[in-house]
Amino acid sequence: MLKTFKIGGVHPAENKITADKVIKKLPLPKTVTIPVAQHIGAPSKVVVKRGDMVKAGQLIAQSAGFVSTNIHSSVSGKVKKIDSVFDSSGYKKESVVIDVDGDEWAEGIDTSPDLIKTTGLDAKAINKKILEAGIVGLGGATFPTHVKLSPPPGMKAEVLLINGVECEPYLTADHRLMLERGEELLVGIDLLKKALGVDRAVIGIENNKPDAIEHLLVLCEKYSGIEVSPLKVKYPQGGEKQLIKAVTGREVPSGALPIAVGAVVNNVGTALAVYEAVMKNKPLVERIVTVTGKSLANPSNFKVRVGTPVKELIEAAGGLPEDTAKVVSGGPMMGKAVANIDIPVAKGTSGVLIINEEEGHRKEVLNCIRCGRCVGVCPMGLEPFLLMTLAEKKIWEKSEHENVMDCIECGSCSFTCPANRPLLDYIRLGKQTVGGIIRSRK
Amino acid sequence: MSASLIYTIITISSIGIAAAIILYFAARKFYVYEDPRIDEVEEALPAANCGGCGYAGCRAFAEAIVKDNSLEGKNCPVGGSEVMNKVAEIMQLEAEKHKPRIAVLLCNGTCEHRPKTNHYEGASTCAIAAMNYGGETGCQYGCLGFGDCADVCDFDALHMDPETGLPVVTDENCVGCGACVDACPKSLFELRKQMPKYRKVYVACRNEDKGGVAKKSCEVACIGCGKCEKECKYDAITINNNRAFIDSDKCVLCRKCVSVCPTNAIIEENFPPRKVKKEKETETAHA
Repeated sequence: MLKTFKIGGVHPAENKITADKVIKKLPLPKTVTIPVAQHIGAPSKVVVKRGDMVKAGQLIAQSAGFVSTNIHSSVSGKVKKIDSVFDSSGYKKESVVIDVDGDEWAEGIDTSPDLIKTTGLDAKAINKKILEAGIVGLGGATFPTHVKLSPPPGMKAEVLLINGVECEPYLTADHRLMLERGEELLVGIDLLKKALGVDRAVIGIENNKPDAIEHLLVLCEKYSGIEVSPLKVKYPQGGEKQLIKAVTGREVPSGALPIAVGAVVNNVGTALAVYEAVMKNKPLVERIVTVTGKSLANPSNFKVRVGTPVKELIEAAGGLPEDTAKVVSGGPMMGKAVANIDIPVAKGTSGVLIINEEEGHRKEVLNCIRCGRCVGVCPMGLEPFLLMTLAEKKIWEKSEHENVMDCIECGSCSFTCPANRPLLDYIRLGKQTVGGIIRSRK
Repeated sequence: MSASLIYTIITISSIGIAAAIILYFAARKFYVYEDPRIDEVEEALPAANCGGCGYAGCRAFAEAIVKDNSLEGKNCPVGGSEVMNKVAEIMQLEAEKHKPRIAVLLCNGTCEHRPKTNHYEGASTCAIAAMNYGGETGCQYGCLGFGDCADVCDFDALHMDPETGLPVVTDENCVGCGACVDACPKSLFELRKQMPKYRKVYVACRNEDKGGVAKKSCEVACIGCGKCEKECKYDAITINNNRAFIDSDKCVLCRKCVSVCPTNAIIEENFPPRKVKKEKETETAHA
């Protein structure tokens, strides 16, 4: 029997139409727009000004605090302006707009494809390089990686989990990465192990990617202390807490971080970025994005520079189909519909999904019939119908008592609701409000 | 009369008497003194329980007044000076003078003025829409139009106008409790000083984008050009973050700013129609 997490979960149609599409390099855009808030934590401080010439990989915004990170230019060119521009949050955020004039990299960055396997750096030096390179969790949450690698005093990591689950339907960026960049990925994992001081790493991969599992199993033989753990296909297995439960059997207590059970989880994309940062001196300026959709002419996996307008990705994948209802940044379950397609690709953009008219609209909201399906599928063991009602009635104390802050926003409840109730919308409102109340208490 | 009936009566009565005695002593023992003025003050308050005073309801407000034994900074916006004077009489204190306030919507982005750029399908409350993104138009500061404000208004002073998509304040009903101010996720309501005949002059815009950008997303956006600031003789207008603001405590309703505003972002309400220029100036002098 394959491993998986115990409570809840759903199995939406996989629709991995781009699973066999080789990663293509997207041509450089004419301008890039790089927001300074691409990660969880304090927005970075801009260190360039209008008219400055920058090279690819050059620092343009500096980390503003411990939970924050550096941001680098993804192209070479001239800083056109520093302005507020709409990003995927739907609000205008401070961004650096750069006119591209070429692809000249800053000094010291190795852009050759040669594999470097060993380094003399110690844990501290590796972590410093990760911070300098501006690496954040590439699974979508964009939590600064150097913070994850610095456990709070008194806590010790025992095992490193590498998230290759990619449980979101449609997305295949991690899948392709594991297939095409396997060696580099494993070196990256080795570096993460070293930085954390653990001697065991487990790559969790869902069983719907047998080729990736096989490929990594073969490669793993050359690396000691790295295992591959095939997992049963179930959403949201890519959630940090679900993955820990599935692979190690440990349960992260309510309100605690994974380090509380001795685990640290990093995405495969992050591990590859760590490899590039440490071995090649290359900051995080590009990522793999799946551009997909049922009506799209040419769905693909692209290697994209951060700051490229989403519009260009869609153009490269065959243009926006006529029957487009929604463009979603991210996957269909947790992604977010965007209000315009001029927004830039950020460090956390794992996919661009075009949903057609047939599937792209919300259905009529009916009354709750108390069937309890939402309770059954909630992977955190919450009662979504109750949390929604509490948020509707603004009963925040009770909401907090019912552990609304434990919600991982996977959307399984809304997905499964036969009455099409906007459960997650209200739960997120509850989370936001209760979070504000908790912070104001401190 | 049978004996059993007599016994029953005696038993029940004695239990009753015993319980009464216990209760009497318990009541004496655990007696809590409550200032009778709390009840009196609560009686004088309008019992709207709207929270406009900043307390959890009329009872809590009355308790706070009696406990502090002062009326400093305390005002019931619903009852106004009439009620506060009554309360002052009970408390034998002097009531503070509070000018009545009225809620004003700082957005004029009607469907006509502000073209839609996308369509929202999620849960139709402003709080959730605002959490997701900046709204259906290019202006991220403006009204979302789902009526969270109208839902929280206890005084029937707010309703959504289906034609413009914006809420409308019924001046006569608004008591200035501020419920809408808290409910609006875009902070579009302001409590302004209530003027005679509900006359108002205000900048109906909160857009903080640069002029050109603001104007592009909404015809009647304030572009922060500063013309009104120069025109105002009373220092009532300030420009901050590309946006003009008229201080209702300083404004004398001369309406000069209204005529110089290039985008019609400044709105005048409840004034008689403008007459020939000369007359207007004399009227201004009176105001």
